[in-house]
Amino acid sequence: MLLIHCPYCEEERPELEFRGAGDAHILRPTNIADISDEEFEAFFFLRDNVKGLVYERWRHIHGCGRFFNAARDTVSDKFVTTYKAGLPRPDLSPAPKATETTVETYEATEGVAG
Amino acid sequence: MAEQALRKAPLGGFNGGSAAAHVSAAAPATRLSLRAAPDAVAALSKALGLDLPTRPKTSASAKGQHALWLGPDEWLLIDEQGADLAAVAAKSGVLHSAVDVSHRNTAILVAGPKAAQAIASASPHDLSASAFPVGACARTVLGKIEVVIYRAGEQEYRVECWRSFSPYAFGVLAEGAEDAAH
Repeated sequence: MLLIHCPYCEEERPELEFRGAGDAHILRPTNIADISDEEFEAFFFLRDNVKGLVYERWRHIHGCGRFFNAARDTVSDKFVTTYKAGLPRPDLSPAPKATETTVETYEATEGVAG
Repeated sequence: MAEQALRKAPLGGFNGGSAAAHVSAAAPATRLSLRAAPDAVAALSKALGLDLPTRPKTSASAKGQHALWLGPDEWLLIDEQGADLAAVAAKSGVLHSAVDVSHRNTAILVAGPKAAQAIASASPHDLSASAFPVGACARTVLGKIEVVIYRAGEQEYRVECWRSFSPYAFGVLAEGAEDAAH
């Protein structure tokens, strides 16, 4: 069974206790009465459904009851990380891989010595 | 004969399990679903005479009264003596939400050397001693229903479930207890 880390319970709990709740980081427009139908459609209905890393809302419904955010890979179903609701999207860009041309010198990593 | 409504316990007469894990219905108790913001916890704790736990999966107990942490702002209070918990909480004078769930919930006691195994037969929650020590509590799932599990002693667990689900929960636990004996 998949174990999902709940940021409020501060431990991994079985997936049966959780329920998905759609995409995360979707801001409701502050001028909701003024926007056009097309803008409302984009905000309310249109989602990207990307293959790979997605940011989603999940709810620990049969546990602490809290909504939180999770970064999940839709291909491997691996939960990369979970974080509390309201926190900004974490930076998950992988560190650049070392290549043959990568040369680590003191000046390159630390700057020129004064 | 005068007509009168007779109170019927939800699990009256239920008894089951095995020597390894005995399953029985808990005595009636009053229960309160309490929700409050962090700044109200101190005043509520004082009014209840019980320090409301603020860490996940922890509980506080004193004189037959238990406060179980369910969420960052949610507790389940149980009083085995039948005190009016909502009235006690009201004396705190701070903003909180208190719902009396005494008759919504009922509890099943699972006790014995294989009590954890009996519950684990239907619940995915980790009940091992390191993850779930005495005094730990958690809301989780048991078979198809939601329950609150509280570890009252080394070999004693209290499973709180909704009243209408209690025959199902009892059946699942009794089956698990019989299997655990083998």
